[in-house]
Amino acid sequence: MTETSLHRRLPDRLDNPLKSGLLSWEMLLVLVAVAIFVANSFASPYFLNAWSLSDLTFNFTEKALIALAMALLIIAGEIDLSVASIIALASTLMGLALQFGADTPVLVAIGVGVGIACGAFNGFLVTGLKLPSIVVTIGTMSLFRGIAFIILGDQSYKGYPASFAWFGQGYVWWVISFELVLFAIFAVIYWVLLHRTNFGRRVFAIGNNPVAAQFSGVRVDRIKFVLFCLTGLMSGVAAVLLTARLGSTRPSIAQGFELDAITMVVLGGVSILGGAGSILGVVLAALIIGLVTFGLGLLNVPGIVMSIFTGALLIVVIALPILWTMMRERRA
Amino acid sequence: MIDPILTLTGISKSFPGVRALHEVSLELYAGEVTALIGENGAGKSTLVKTMTGIYQPDSGEIRMGGKVVTLPTAHSASDVGITAIHQETVLFDELSVAENIYLGHAPKNRFGLIDWKTMRREAQATLDSMAAGIDADMPLKELGIAKKHLVAVARALSVDAQVVIMDEPTAALSQKEIEELYVLVDLLKQDGKAILFISHKFDEIYRIADRYTVFRDGEMVGKGFIKQTPQSEIVKLMVGRSVDQIFPPRHAMVGERVLDVSGLSHPTEFRDVSFSVRRGEILGFYGLVGAGRSEVMQAVFGLTRPSAGTMTLAGRPLSPRSPADAVEAGIVYVPEERGKQGVITGEPIVVNVSLPSLKRTSRSGFLRMAEEFRLARTFTERLDLRASSLSQNVSTLSGGNQQKVVIAKWLATDPKVIILDEPTKGIDIGSKAAVHEFMAELVAQGLSVIMVSSELPEILGMSDRIVVMREGLVVETLDNVDLAPETLVRLAAGIAEERAA
Amino acid sequence: MNRLLKNREFWLALAILAVIVLVTFRFPRFAQASNLLTIFNDTSILMMLALGQMVVILTRSIDLSMAANLALTGMLVAMVNAAFPWLPIPVLIAGCILVGGFLGAFNGVLVWKLGIPPIVVTLGTLTIFRGLVFVVSGGAWVNADQMSQDFIQLQRGAFLGLPILSWFAIVVAGLMSVLMTRTPLGRAFYAIGVNPTASVYTGIDVGRTKFLAFVLSGAISGLCGYLWISRYVIASVEVAGGYELTIVAACVIGGVSIAGGIGTVAGALLGAIFLGVVNNALPVIGVSPFWQMAISGAAILLAVVLNARGEKSKGRVILRSAEGVA
Repeated sequence: MTETSLHRRLPDRLDNPLKSGLLSWEMLLVLVAVAIFVANSFASPYFLNAWSLSDLTFNFTEKALIALAMALLIIAGEIDLSVASIIALASTLMGLALQFGADTPVLVAIGVGVGIACGAFNGFLVTGLKLPSIVVTIGTMSLFRGIAFIILGDQSYKGYPASFAWFGQGYVWWVISFELVLFAIFAVIYWVLLHRTNFGRRVFAIGNNPVAAQFSGVRVDRIKFVLFCLTGLMSGVAAVLLTARLGSTRPSIAQGFELDAITMVVLGGVSILGGAGSILGVVLAALIIGLVTFGLGLLNVPGIVMSIFTGALLIVVIALPILWTMMRERRA
Repeated sequence: MIDPILTLTGISKSFPGVRALHEVSLELYAGEVTALIGENGAGKSTLVKTMTGIYQPDSGEIRMGGKVVTLPTAHSASDVGITAIHQETVLFDELSVAENIYLGHAPKNRFGLIDWKTMRREAQATLDSMAAGIDADMPLKELGIAKKHLVAVARALSVDAQVVIMDEPTAALSQKEIEELYVLVDLLKQDGKAILFISHKFDEIYRIADRYTVFRDGEMVGKGFIKQTPQSEIVKLMVGRSVDQIFPPRHAMVGERVLDVSGLSHPTEFRDVSFSVRRGEILGFYGLVGAGRSEVMQAVFGLTRPSAGTMTLAGRPLSPRSPADAVEAGIVYVPEERGKQGVITGEPIVVNVSLPSLKRTSRSGFLRMAEEFRLARTFTERLDLRASSLSQNVSTLSGGNQQKVVIAKWLATDPKVIILDEPTKGIDIGSKAAVHEFMAELVAQGLSVIMVSSELPEILGMSDRIVVMREGLVVETLDNVDLAPETLVRLAAGIAEERAA
Repeated sequence: MNRLLKNREFWLALAILAVIVLVTFRFPRFAQASNLLTIFNDTSILMMLALGQMVVILTRSIDLSMAANLALTGMLVAMVNAAFPWLPIPVLIAGCILVGGFLGAFNGVLVWKLGIPPIVVTLGTLTIFRGLVFVVSGGAWVNADQMSQDFIQLQRGAFLGLPILSWFAIVVAGLMSVLMTRTPLGRAFYAIGVNPTASVYTGIDVGRTKFLAFVLSGAISGLCGYLWISRYVIASVEVAGGYELTIVAACVIGGVSIAGGIGTVAGALLGAIFLGVVNNALPVIGVSPFWQMAISGAAILLAVVLNARGEKSKGRVILRSAEGVA
């Protein structure tokens, strides 16, 4: 009878989701993470200890929080290089408010608010004035940190209240820090946002083909603007945590965070050209970078040398699949 | 018997899933024009790319003056004396006209450095010899489409080539400019160059070609002398079936006016464009490539902001600031550039179809995949989409099936007016008929259709009324009753005006 | 005249002149020839780096590793000089250009052969090069007393009243201007930025041209490695930290379009000079140097906004009446 029916029924999908899940980028990241974990525990006797592992998480949570929002921004085909400068400005303004006797809730509100405002400024320049995000955020990168320098010069703010310090140093339960809990909550929120909502679907569409997305009635500019605000928001949150953890503010705070956050995003399988990526991958990449830095730290490898590993990891991880396909094509 | 300058034998070229050329052959003779004829997708442009070093053939042989040559790069092709006049897209907007003509073979001074003075002088001389009326110092971006075309011709002339390929050189030219081009072709012939002339227009082919070669579905199906061959025979070779294209009958009741556009203008693209579409009507837009038809449609769809003019949709004023506004109001647009503007390649069919309808398939902003699959299935099956599953990536579909995905996407939004821009360009005959039948079905259901098309049979076979545009202006709006094709061609090319002038 | 008013370099030169005039109103000594020459000399390294970056940006790429390349080559040349003080300086300079060019070629190969986006490649090599500075030096500094006198004094010598460092910038600018306007390679850099597809049809190898752009920016970074170290007479891991963005800033202010294909040697030079003049003017008018960063940030944003207005496409030219005025 099928031959006489006019229309064939199209199945939803043919591939097995379980099988494609096992062969995914995320699975590869899990394997890498496990390998580094095992290597670390062999390399140092101090590694397999609840408190060491807890310390490990402080290494990456602040950057990873930014990476969550940055992932969405990069999937949509944009980038924000000003995140570390937003931290500097937010931290400086919190410190300034502290001088006027602001208490903890006000400090947090200022940190987060400044973050959102900076993000909105970037978003306006990119979507309102139609400027390329890479140049805009190179500009605001200097501008935001520059304002911090104007306010603070070579001074620093200290004397944050203990209730504020808890955000960066406190533990929710046993070895589980507030930073880690907050990161877990935000990771879930961003996972839902990207993979389970209309908004996330449109973010992917924009990144894959901004022109066709616009032609399909997606409000491209509005979504991009929201994404810049979200990245600003996460930078503000990171500013609160980092300031609370360090207990002081200098204009040079969080230098280089933007490159670390972007490395996490790209290592997590997000295409720098936009259109593809997952939150799970970014979380795993953050974990891997945390493990590598912490492991090398236990071996007394200086931080600057570790950056060689992160840099090489970034390039190798992207180059390997390309080389692999090239070799297979040559053989075919 | 003279020997050909250029001989292609047994050329084959395949792309993943597509056999573009199969064992084709071609000969070009000095001082003669050979017309390459074939429908869209017959393999003409692949052949041109093979001859100019952009593509490498999988098999076959190219002989130039009897010697076998390989063309690994575009440079090697021009080195052996093959040059092509492509369309405007392969020029450089930000560079000057002179540099566009001489990029890659600029005159050098005795230190081996580029000699701008000579370059400008010679570029100007070439342009003047063509009576182009273009200043060689001008940035290319300041020229209109027709003049850009002349620059492309000048570029080909500036290369000392034995073989000149002209890829639809008259598509965007007015009648006067076409006549000037014929003079140029004659000059090239007298110069002893072999010319490959690609065109859809039979009057043109009979006017200037000496020989012809016909391609169909990637194969060479016939060749000969044009003077000894009647037009009907060439058409038969081209299509490979009876010539009369059958358009579906329509039983739509044309009703009240749905969309009214009046005095729509843009600084550089179009001026004072007015038209209206009624319920159940197909309104055709005819004109040469680059006449401004797509630009008008994009303004109606909210992609560009017109500088003047008003629009009303079902009696309510319409001024979309974005496509999203237009879609909400009930106007949708199936763009000409399917791959760039229509489908989101890299995403599956279901995601493409549900994208503008996410508000209806989701619940409070959260995706419901089952609903999306249901929606996508309903509309893709109505269009008889050929795919293995709804999760198949649209980039793996044929052009015709991609077009069905785009149309399905829009039907799912329940629009009032659907604008189709060159809806059957580059798709196979089977899909073409399906799209035409579907258009008839849509208007029968009370939709209004605007169809932009450069194909005369399609315009005449499908439209109730026809708007003709030329150089950004509406020339005439005609009822499609006993219209002679010549009338449309004349209006679009501006022949009547030239005679009056 | 109309052309002049449309010219970005003209407006930028005017802006620089305006800053100089304004500052001179309050401090007449600012506009003295000797002071202006000092500013020029101070800006020489940035000018050269901006020219290298411009070529890369023209090809729709970006090189974020220039400052790290400079630091690595600078450290290497300082260590070689400390170990073998008898090696002639021209040999060291040639070595710097080679090493820098090689590091640039590494970027270029990854972009050309593997098709990895330039921003990812140079983000990675930025951290790798910087880390390698630490590895080769073991974290130690090379100080003035370890460097030979020739090494330090060469660029301080004068020729026709100008310091040799300034002459380096002038010669590099001259060579670059010939390269960019008078050679097929220079025009190819523009062509692949304006329209990569059309470039293929014209017979330009897009990947190879990008590769050469990276080699060039690397070679210039290498040269500047020596010049930087011998100027500030200290080689350490932190040398020129964060400077990659200042280089990009100079280009952007100079009207180089990040979308590729638009930019001139004069523009990049003026962009660098603008930053140099502002930085020199601040202490003169009594503004804290902490304002520098914010001002250059604001200048970048202003420059992008202004440039974008000029580049904004007004749509296709279809109406006859619109031809030639678009």
